[in-house]
Amino acid sequence: MDGVDLSIRDGEFLVLLGSSGSGKTTLLRMIAGLERPTSGEIHIGDQRVDGDVPPRARGIAMVFQSYALYPHRTVFQNIAFPLEAARVPRKQIEEKVRWAAELFSISRYLDRYPRQLSGGERQRVALCRALVRDPKVFLLDEPLANLDAKLRNTARDDLKRFQRQIQTTTVYVTHDQVEAMGLGDRIVVMEHGKVRQIGTPQEVYEDPVDTFVATFVGQPPMNLLEARDPSLPARTLLGFRPEHFLPKSVFGTSDDTRVFRFAVRRVEYLGSDRYVYGSVVEAGAPPPAEVTIIAKVPATIALAIPEGETHEFAVPRRALRYFDADTGRKRAP
Amino acid sequence: MKPHRTIADREDVLGAIMLAPSLVYVILLVGVPFAFAILLSFSDATAGSLHFGWAGLRNYAAILGDAIFLRALRNSAIVTVGSQVLVVVLATAAAQVLRATFRGKRFARFVLLLPWAVPVSLAAIAWTWIFDSTFSVINWTLRAAGLMHGWLYWLGDPALALVAIIIVQAWRIFPFATVIVLAGLASIPQEIIEAAIVDGAGFWRRLIQVELPLLMPVVAVAVLFGVVYTATDLGVVYILTGGGPANTTHVLPTLAFQRGILGADLGQGAAIAVFLLPFLIVVAVAMLRLARHTEVGAR
Repeated sequence: MDGVDLSIRDGEFLVLLGSSGSGKTTLLRMIAGLERPTSGEIHIGDQRVDGDVPPRARGIAMVFQSYALYPHRTVFQNIAFPLEAARVPRKQIEEKVRWAAELFSISRYLDRYPRQLSGGERQRVALCRALVRDPKVFLLDEPLANLDAKLRNTARDDLKRFQRQIQTTTVYVTHDQVEAMGLGDRIVVMEHGKVRQIGTPQEVYEDPVDTFVATFVGQPPMNLLEARDPSLPARTLLGFRPEHFLPKSVFGTSDDTRVFRFAVRRVEYLGSDRYVYGSVVEAGAPPPAEVTIIAKVPATIALAIPEGETHEFAVPRRALRYFDADTGRKRAP
Repeated sequence: MKPHRTIADREDVLGAIMLAPSLVYVILLVGVPFAFAILLSFSDATAGSLHFGWAGLRNYAAILGDAIFLRALRNSAIVTVGSQVLVVVLATAAAQVLRATFRGKRFARFVLLLPWAVPVSLAAIAWTWIFDSTFSVINWTLRAAGLMHGWLYWLGDPALALVAIIIVQAWRIFPFATVIVLAGLASIPQEIIEAAIVDGAGFWRRLIQVELPLLMPVVAVAVLFGVVYTATDLGVVYILTGGGPANTTHVLPTLAFQRGILGADLGQGAAIAVFLLPFLIVVAVAMLRLARHTEVGAR
């Protein structure tokens, strides 16, 4: 962790996005109080919590990747556990648990044990257990990572709806950029314990601050290509998203585009899109080091793109981004 | 490369061959004497002759009418249950301590394991000194600390002697149980403990409501071992009290030895030794079932 300066707005859904080892989980655990920062401050609301404030006094609730349900307790007893720890009267516990179970439609399972539930049901139990504490902040550590792909979509939708409904500040850790884009009000892109960029999904996707963010967010990643353009400073990288890189004939004559000669190596048919792999060749210049460039051509463009031939592809100039090849930082056009 | 299947390719044959030595060992040194003991318990055989006559249930009838036997049976139960309760409490506590990181942890673990490595007879002799009527360290320490004014005759008083036996048996099993509980603690997923911390559970709530229930299967196995070890142990009582004073501290193994070998009544000795068998089987089955029952399913 190094120089993380982050303020989360009340009621916000903030996603910490990074690959493993980026420090996103460590940051979450520091907020939770499971780990102590060596220096720096953490505030929740108007309370400073770094140092000796234990997790239970921080007003947080956490959902773990494995859900960490207590295997020897029923679903009811699992959800009731934090309330029992807070010495809430029995009758109130009963009401609260039933209310939360109703909200996540797991009332039928209250008498079952976690091992008798499916992954999706366990995940909802874990959310219930977090919810009943009325936390000031929800901390979610990859809660969807253990679900199968099909379930993950509905779970994501449920999660977002639920967060909008209860309006509780949420910090969500994930390495999945689709989750991050879909859930976050803002995304914090992290790498090696440092924050690379903080912004709305749109800002992070369309206007990455450096080549790391540009290639980390987006699937396939942003294409990066040495500019070789005398009008630009030396050592400038051009960046453009695969979906903006299309056959020239698609664009009208009035569109302000930059044209590339694209040697197509392979075309991948994916149903809704075609991914076209190849490299850019420039007339006069020696062939650049094999940098694979990807074009994402939607199925609505029926044009034939034969493999092994060179085609004219273009990118609208407004979709071009410029980076410093040495520092990787964004550069003004 | 050999073109034919060798014996190493034939797992069925290989398995049988590799199992054979231990099977022979168990049959000859455990199975046969065991069957022989059961047979003897229904006979009037003595150590003095080769005569072997059928005695039916007479040996069993005799010992059930014998106050010394009944006392030994009771003692066996008290010692076994008492020492195991002590062991479970101490081992759980020790495991909690040894789980923490501190300087000298490895040394502490090593020292803790020592009783396990010491031969029973040597350890029991050391304990006879600790409980000695004149030189007892316990007595002298208590007196020096001003906590005791009278004098405790550890091995001379029937009740105190049982306490002494319980202490030694617990001391003997404790290291093993601690290691097992430590392993059990390590097998609890860290996220579950952290979930309990975040859920606001303090040390005791975590211990009693989360860790101990999850440890149950492991503790049950440790207790099962402890019960079998303690209930069948001869050495400790034999060396510590020899069953005395006045046959008040006998347990079943020492009484069986006294009657069957020293007293030469093989039939009755065997009956006493075999008597515990059905109880131990019941205990073993119950513990194993408990362990399986409380076993934590896949997460």
